[in-house]
Amino acid sequence: MAAESGSIDALSQFELAPVFGPVGAAVGFTQSNAHMLLAAGLITALLMFGMAARAVVPGRLQSLAESSYEFVHGIVDSQVGHGGKRFFPFVFTLFMFVLFGNMLGLFPYAFTYTSHLAVTFGLALIVFVVITAVALALHGRKFFGYFFPEGAPLWLAPIIVPVEVVSYLSRPVSLSVRLFANMVAGHVLLKVFATFVVMLGALGAVGPLVATLPLAVNVLLIGFEILVAFLQAYVFAILTSIYLHDAVHLH
Amino acid sequence: MAEDDGFEQRLRQARARQGMDPKPRLNGPLSGSSASVGFRAGVEVVSALVVGIALGWYLDRWLGTWPWLFLLFFVIGSVAGVMNVYRLFDPRRSSGKQD
Repeated sequence: MAAESGSIDALSQFELAPVFGPVGAAVGFTQSNAHMLLAAGLITALLMFGMAARAVVPGRLQSLAESSYEFVHGIVDSQVGHGGKRFFPFVFTLFMFVLFGNMLGLFPYAFTYTSHLAVTFGLALIVFVVITAVALALHGRKFFGYFFPEGAPLWLAPIIVPVEVVSYLSRPVSLSVRLFANMVAGHVLLKVFATFVVMLGALGAVGPLVATLPLAVNVLLIGFEILVAFLQAYVFAILTSIYLHDAVHLH
Repeated sequence: MAEDDGFEQRLRQARARQGMDPKPRLNGPLSGSSASVGFRAGVEVVSALVVGIALGWYLDRWLGTWPWLFLLFFVIGSVAGVMNVYRLFDPRRSSGKQD
């Protein structure tokens, strides 16, 4: 335990460790991958078992499945607009994967795979490749007009085009860093205050009394983290939809 | 499910008449607390800067022109960052889009 050595060790929770014994170690299968599989399984289970009843008046599980579907459908419909329906599976998969990753990470002993930049950047890169491919497929060479707005004078092109290209390339970076930073910050805060509880609790007679303060902070933080977990999944989905809108309509 | 759809529509109309539904508000990129908006703006600036610096650095290493392209792309990255933030508050998107 970190508290026993007298220092706060808030970052070791993000370390990867292979699971499933020697087999997992041989192929580099870490707890992060295990949680991804778990999330995928849970999402599939929610949708399969939730929708198995197909009741007109939905039960709890079906209600959850339907509302998540309708939530993402609303995002895609309102942001991408005309012709956005075919991107619904893509956005829904991303949203559920990120949401379950964020939420699963809040359970004790669980690992937050969205707290790794490699994972979030991988997801953002998929989004980036998809939006670029969609824009190229729909608009062909006109896609490159995206980097130069129509009304601008031609002599400004040497300035505008590099700026627009860098701005376009920064999309996957900002998309991934936002999610990653939010998850890391939240979990570090939780760990720091949890360590305070242990450290203050060992301070003799008044210790347990004082230790309730960081404990109270942690209770509040967990509630806040649940909000952030949902909000970041929402932001990821909505930004993907906005980028898809740009790709489909090119302004 | 045609009758279901009709029912939903009538229900919606009735709810709108009674003012039970809140006005559908535009979920633009700017919805959330001011702190999260500020954080988002910061991320936009930093990411554009990072991309600009990385591009300039690699181009310099490739072409052997250190440090000129690095400096140039540093400026370009900053401009792109400011433009990203401007896009966050883009008046075009929020006014030109009808749902």
